[in-house]
Amino acid sequence: MTSMTPAGDFRSSYRADTTIFPTRSSMMATIAGVALLCAAPLVFGRYELGLLITIGFSAIAALGLNILVGFTGQISIGHAAFFGFGAFASALLVEYHVPVPLAIWGAGLMTAVVGLVFGAPAARLKGLYLAIATLAAQFILEDFFARARWFSGGVAGRVTEPYELFGLRLDREETYFYVVLAHVVVMFLAAGNLMRTRDGRALIAVRDHYLSAEMMGVNLAYYRTLSFGIASFFAGVAGALYAHYLLFVSVEAFNILYSIQFLAMIIIGGLGSVMGSMMGAAFMVLLPEVVQAGADLLAGSAIDRTLRLGASISFLREMAIGAAIILFLIFEPDGLAHRWKMIKAYWKLYPFSH
Amino acid sequence: MKAEAPILAAEGVSLRFGGVRALADVSFEVRPGEIFSIIGPNGAGKTSMVNCISGRYRPTEGRILFDGQDITRTATSRRAALGIGRTFQNLALFGHMTVLDNIMVGRHHLLRTGFVRGMVYWLGGAQREELAHRREVEEIIDFLEIQHVRKAVAGTLSYGLRKRVELARAMALKPKLILLDEPMAGMNLEEKEDMARFIVDLNEELGMTVLMIEHDMGVVMDISHRVMVLDFGRRIAAGSPEEVMADAHVKRAYLGEPDEAAHDDAEHATA
Ligand SMILES: Nc1ncnc2c1ncn2[C@@H]1O[C@H](COP(=O)(O)OP(=O)(O)O)[C@@H](O)[C@H]1O
Ligand SMILES: [Mg+2]
Repeated sequence: MTSMTPAGDFRSSYRADTTIFPTRSSMMATIAGVALLCAAPLVFGRYELGLLITIGFSAIAALGLNILVGFTGQISIGHAAFFGFGAFASALLVEYHVPVPLAIWGAGLMTAVVGLVFGAPAARLKGLYLAIATLAAQFILEDFFARARWFSGGVAGRVTEPYELFGLRLDREETYFYVVLAHVVVMFLAAGNLMRTRDGRALIAVRDHYLSAEMMGVNLAYYRTLSFGIASFFAGVAGALYAHYLLFVSVEAFNILYSIQFLAMIIIGGLGSVMGSMMGAAFMVLLPEVVQAGADLLAGSAIDRTLRLGASISFLREMAIGAAIILFLIFEPDGLAHRWKMIKAYWKLYPFSH
Repeated sequence: MKAEAPILAAEGVSLRFGGVRALADVSFEVRPGEIFSIIGPNGAGKTSMVNCISGRYRPTEGRILFDGQDITRTATSRRAALGIGRTFQNLALFGHMTVLDNIMVGRHHLLRTGFVRGMVYWLGGAQREELAHRREVEEIIDFLEIQHVRKAVAGTLSYGLRKRVELARAMALKPKLILLDEPMAGMNLEEKEDMARFIVDLNEELGMTVLMIEHDMGVVMDISHRVMVLDFGRRIAAGSPEEVMADAHVKRAYLGEPDEAAHDDAEHATA
């Protein structure tokens, strides 16, 4: 860092310094994790792969919401509606003979445009007012899905095609898993890159101190609206991945409860954390499975007979989600990503950390 | 210096908040290359003046010219690109960002990479641009001697260091004019001396014109080329530090000394 350092060294040292991962070992761990996941279809059955697929597209949507809420400091309680818009849009594009691999990205762009329109009030509204505006977006879009038969297929829903690449149909869990994994990697790299460049920093600056951000030349209205566009793009791509997994899209799925689940994912995973979005999505997808497993375990026991767990399982799942949100808000407000960091720091210093 | 056009000119600037007159018909000029200080008691309107220049407030009356251009109604976020940077009286860092990222935000108007090219970091030239600017930011970090905290989260730093990081962020804009609102408030003597040295250096070595609000009269008299005194939103004196110190109005209004010059409305020292 002194003037004695030859000029050529600056570049390489800063390059190492500006990587997308905080440390070299975290980069290795991530690469190893993705490599391991590539082997998942060899190990897991269809059910487990289905869960991983669900975690994958949920994580992409959660990441988009995290850019809006966690990184830019805004709020949206209509994220599921944008997710749904992407699902329908992709199905519609496919009907007009756009190949599925392109339709997914096209749906993302279409959803981004819709997000920009609904995000425009964000340039002026804040806090509770913005929350209400996004709630309106949720209901307007849901209403649109229900009425615009040409778009959504109306109450009957819309059937769509599986993912096909170079004549290869990737329509089974074992194969579609790789499609989702590839999109997850691309979207997470994109978000990580965004946050270490000009516009990503501007978003965080708007969150942390909008007055001084403005003084640094950051146009507040532009970035507040842009974050809605980017969040919607992620939601749209995620929704499209969902559509070509289930091969059927219908209105009911994209209600406000689903929007709240996305919020829960980023709160539990960690607001303003890219990897936290993944952790939160995994948590929220796996939580009902754990509840189910618990109920199964207790099946036939005295507890089951008195509480009739089997009959109230769907109620129990929702209660578990609610309880998880509340417990995280109280005991782990910084989310899983933060806890993970603390655990790593603990092990680094292991023998001396007491 | 005399014939040079002013870099900043306030022409009859008034600012009202309901019944409060924060500024009343204030005019002054800042010449390129000088350190110009505004002093005055609390509530005199110093910060309000800086806010009018930086765009936070719109004057109720009057104009503000920067580089000969009327910027009275220019959007705040466009003033960085014109060449105006500032620090805040109450710290205004991006608390969750690292020191480096804080300073990189200062480069915002100089960077060309939008979000699309940013997302494909390695492909669209974003990386090249980041590294080039990073290098210049490191020079500012060296200049202000904050190498040891460049990776620290800004919100965790001591008060004195945060003030310094804020200066670094303002310098990163490459401003022609830098507005410093009480850069030494709350600092100990050593930190003050460092800060004074940095201000002189960025003025002399980097050629930035400085407009500074400061309460520490020792520092003001030491490093300012010219001083303006505000009291109750009015300009009561302006001139060289010596002229201002000798001014009877100033003694009465600011230094709390008895009024020797009776009620003389003319300004003794003029710009
Ligand atoms: N945003 C505001 N709203 C209402 N009054 C304000 C505002 N900003 C400043 N003032 C008033 O303007 C006067 C000048 O304040 P200020 O410029 O902060 O003084 P100084 O920086 O010289 O201490 C004070 O009376 C203050 O109360
Ligand atoms: Mg002030």
